[in-house]
Amino acid sequence: MKRAFPILAVLTTILLTYASYRALKIAPTDALQGDVYRIIYYHVPSAWTAFLLFFVNFIASVQYLVGTNSSTKAAGKWIVIVGGVIGAVAPFLPPVEHVLPTGMRPSAVATTVLLIPAFYFVIGWLFPGERLDMLAVTAAEVGVVFCTIVLVTGPVWARPVWGIWWAPGDIRLTSTLVLWLIYVSYLVLRRFSSSAQTQTLAAALAVFGALDVPLVYFSIWFFRTQHPQPVIGGGGSMDPRMLETLLISWTAFLCLAFLLGWSRFRLEVFRRQVEEAQALESLLGAGASTAPSLPLDRGSK
Amino acid sequence: MNATKFLIAAYAATWLIHGGYILSLVRRFRKLRQQVKELGKQK
Amino acid sequence: MSSLWAVTLATLVKDVRLEWRSKDALNSMLFFSLLVVVIFVFSFDPLAEESRHIVGGLVWVAFLFAAIMALNQTWARELRNQVLDGFRVSPAPANALFLAKALGNFIFVCVLEALMAPLFVIFYNLHVLGPAWQLIPVALLGTWALVVNGTFFAAMSLRTRNREIMLPLLLFPVSVPAVIGMVAGTTTILTGEGSAHFYIVLLLTYDVVFTTACLTLFGTILHAE
Repeated sequence: MKRAFPILAVLTTILLTYASYRALKIAPTDALQGDVYRIIYYHVPSAWTAFLLFFVNFIASVQYLVGTNSSTKAAGKWIVIVGGVIGAVAPFLPPVEHVLPTGMRPSAVATTVLLIPAFYFVIGWLFPGERLDMLAVTAAEVGVVFCTIVLVTGPVWARPVWGIWWAPGDIRLTSTLVLWLIYVSYLVLRRFSSSAQTQTLAAALAVFGALDVPLVYFSIWFFRTQHPQPVIGGGGSMDPRMLETLLISWTAFLCLAFLLGWSRFRLEVFRRQVEEAQALESLLGAGASTAPSLPLDRGSK
Repeated sequence: MNATKFLIAAYAATWLIHGGYILSLVRRFRKLRQQVKELGKQK
Repeated sequence: MSSLWAVTLATLVKDVRLEWRSKDALNSMLFFSLLVVVIFVFSFDPLAEESRHIVGGLVWVAFLFAAIMALNQTWARELRNQVLDGFRVSPAPANALFLAKALGNFIFVCVLEALMAPLFVIFYNLHVLGPAWQLIPVALLGTWALVVNGTFFAAMSLRTRNREIMLPLLLFPVSVPAVIGMVAGTTTILTGEGSAHFYIVLLLTYDVVFTTACLTLFGTILHAE
């Protein structure tokens, strides 16, 4: 398993280089914006990656909270299954289909909704017990890194194109900013809270954050309709070569996210082992022989 | 041409941030290994 | 169910009585609120025409500061006398404690707002151009939004290292939709630009969602040791 890491690192570097090359050279120049638009190949994939990571954190946090006792765990499982079934079937029913925004196909909505139980069960299976919490903090931290990039590249892109760094009604960027704030506060909570209940508190905060996001989106959406906003060109369909480049770029960044997440996860495992060893040490005194149940000598890389 | 400097800035910022994060991971790993060494010495 | 309300009421009455007797917190916060209003008056010229548009924001920032001060000492008394441990062990439902604290804070912050609002009206020569009655639901729902999450996060911050800074740090990001609702709603009513109807619905939704979340998770937080 550990041997795979350097190989993946090399592959990811190659993929990222290729994606950047495509972004800068192969993708056609935009008619309206010129070359500056190429920021999109970093900005948008980073956003998608960040949202995915925050979603993983949310699922892991919920599972951690319900996992504390078996009845809530079972209840959680059934709610997710039923929700998934309803969500998968509902878009095809006429009254619901009618409400969907134009261009959104029912199958797309159904597939997206099915991702939730899929993630729920896969994550629950791959990361039992404490590992759920480790996954949560990993996903949050790497998510914040990518989200920071979104918030930096966004204004840098906006300035030459719209003439302003920030548009208060820009719903996507503002929602992303709030999401970033929520997760930074999550990380701060984890750092400053003492260990026993940190994990539960953080999981609760993650749930609050997730509940907040749709509300943020709607509040800004309405605010925007009341106030004139800079006309932001774009929308409509994308040149297929651009779309291709965008997807390749996203794949590359997903691989990077995976590597960063894996490293962070291993760091977390290591950190907890050391913490345990230190606690044991101080409990038993310096003269006690520490049973080397911890693989600390294997020079874990 | 002026706009290109924004493009470069955006790309550079991205890699600086990722680089900074990787560095922080490396630093934290090193610190943990240091702590393990100290634990070993105490025995 | 009746025991929930009975315990809530009893705890609430106790808190109000204690607060009334000492009047410590109340007095210092009143004075702080006055100071905030005065600072704003010096910073944002009341005579400027634009001030009508930003007063909504100023008022709510001032209320937010006052609320944070009130929230910070929510659990201080309980911590000092190990009341929390007693509560954990008792058969009383955890939600009762939470509701009592939240309601107490709500009443308290509403009192502060009722005292600060006339000051703003006076200093900024406000007259309401839109449907004035709508200010009441906006104020009540907005205050509850801040207080319910604030009480919850204050409990969360209890055992963190920097308790006082932790509370606003956790509260502000999550409160963004509520703040937008409060500020935009108030501004809309003051400037008469339209109805604050949507913002009231937004605040109501926010309150329902987060009151439910707080009630559901408070037990977990209280017992997470």
